[in-house]
Amino acid sequence: MCTLEKRGKLFILTLTGEDQHRFNPDLISSLLDLLSQVKAQATCGSVLITQAQGKFFSYGFDLDWAQAAGSERGAAKRLQDMADLFKPVIATLLSLPMPTIAAITGHAVAAGFTLALSHDYLIMRKDRGILWMPEVDIAVTLPDYINALFKEKIGDASVRRDLFLRGLKMKGDEAEKRGVVKAAYDGEAEVREASVCLAENLGKRKWHGEVYAEIRKGLYPQLSAILGLSHKVYAIARL
Amino acid sequence: MCSLEKRGNLFILTLTGKNVEHRLNPEVLSSIISALSRAKADSTRGSALVTVSHGKFFCNGFDLDWVNATGSKQEAQQRFDYSLDCLTQLVQAFISLPMPTVAAVTGHAAAAGVVIPLCHDYVVMRRDRGVLYVNDLEMGLKIPELYMAFFRAKTSGWALRDLVLRGLKIKGEELLKMGIVDAVYDGEEGVINAGMKMADDLARRKWDGEVYAEIRKGLYSEFCGMLGIASKAIGTPKF
Repeated sequence: MCTLEKRGKLFILTLTGEDQHRFNPDLISSLLDLLSQVKAQATCGSVLITQAQGKFFSYGFDLDWAQAAGSERGAAKRLQDMADLFKPVIATLLSLPMPTIAAITGHAVAAGFTLALSHDYLIMRKDRGILWMPEVDIAVTLPDYINALFKEKIGDASVRRDLFLRGLKMKGDEAEKRGVVKAAYDGEAEVREASVCLAENLGKRKWHGEVYAEIRKGLYPQLSAILGLSHKVYAIARL
Repeated sequence: MCSLEKRGNLFILTLTGKNVEHRLNPEVLSSIISALSRAKADSTRGSALVTVSHGKFFCNGFDLDWVNATGSKQEAQQRFDYSLDCLTQLVQAFISLPMPTVAAVTGHAAAAGVVIPLCHDYVVMRRDRGVLYVNDLEMGLKIPELYMAFFRAKTSGWALRDLVLRGLKIKGEELLKMGIVDAVYDGEEGVINAGMKMADDLARRKWDGEVYAEIRKGLYSEFCGMLGIASKAIGTPKF
């Protein structure tokens, strides 16, 4: 389902397997577990890369699992439960004491796109893969924390409108041009290489992790409030 | 005041307002709100709305003749405040409309009149004629906090500054670059036809109108929050 690898100061969180990496309670729980391990082992200069194997980064919540509840109401409840369980994953990423990079080598859809967007840097493939919020097409609304995440991370209102109200399937070159991702490259290997290169450059700065996290939270005040994240003031000067 | 026509899946709202400047007073605003209620009542999956007007002006703001046709400054202020309340109700009606909306702006939109095109999901405008002019600063009027939140939902950064803090009369081409309008065309007919085609294309996606409206409200979350408009969560995916 997912694994954590440590390469020097680099943490690599991988969604494993050739499947769609759908988030169900088990996978969400594993992700949270691995992220806590990352947090516990963090030092100055640590960086996280989140990546996936196969054609998909993640296709979002496990709708099959939701529908296996047997009724419309049961399915809606399971979907709501997953949205609630997923919130701490976003909260943990938002308060992780190190820079974070999403290496998107496949489709990032709905909660999968949300996971990617919760990282400080997004690097994507130009030749394959889309970013997509299909909620308008499948007629479900978005949880408040996902609204806040997109509002505060994506400054361009017409991009937010295109993603949420038009169900735009955004490819890498458009995502790069419109500022949704930092960069898009041709090929899976190129994306992974660029992510590691960026991670090394960020790691070299040896930032104070807790301060980094506090400054990051300050970028997203509305989201932080919804996620129940409090602020700490640090005054460690390193001149 | 205004007229509402149905052509196939399209609702066509034509603004006539008061006089050639299509000015807004409580009576005009109330008639537009009624027209939107009728569109809402008649809507189905696959509905869309286009708002058009004819002539030199799209909407030049509040009917200041009506506002000032009173005995005292105090009464004039009351009339102005009342007009503003009615405008706010109209914005709410547009934001909750259960279908995609397109504004085809073929003339000048100024002051309160700027709000009307911007409450649509998409704006197409004339390249060669017509400006958006937020003139509150020039008139010595503070923009109400609620409307600052409204503008923040539509644009950000330097574009937001240029829209509200420079007393600029901004043409279609510039607005396109700023990301405030989606496309520009030549001539009144060119814009209206393009607006209708856009609405048609959106209608063909056959989105669930109720869900569409709730997702849209999420894009105006700050504005809706200030008004205390609750969002409904709809959670049963329909494929």
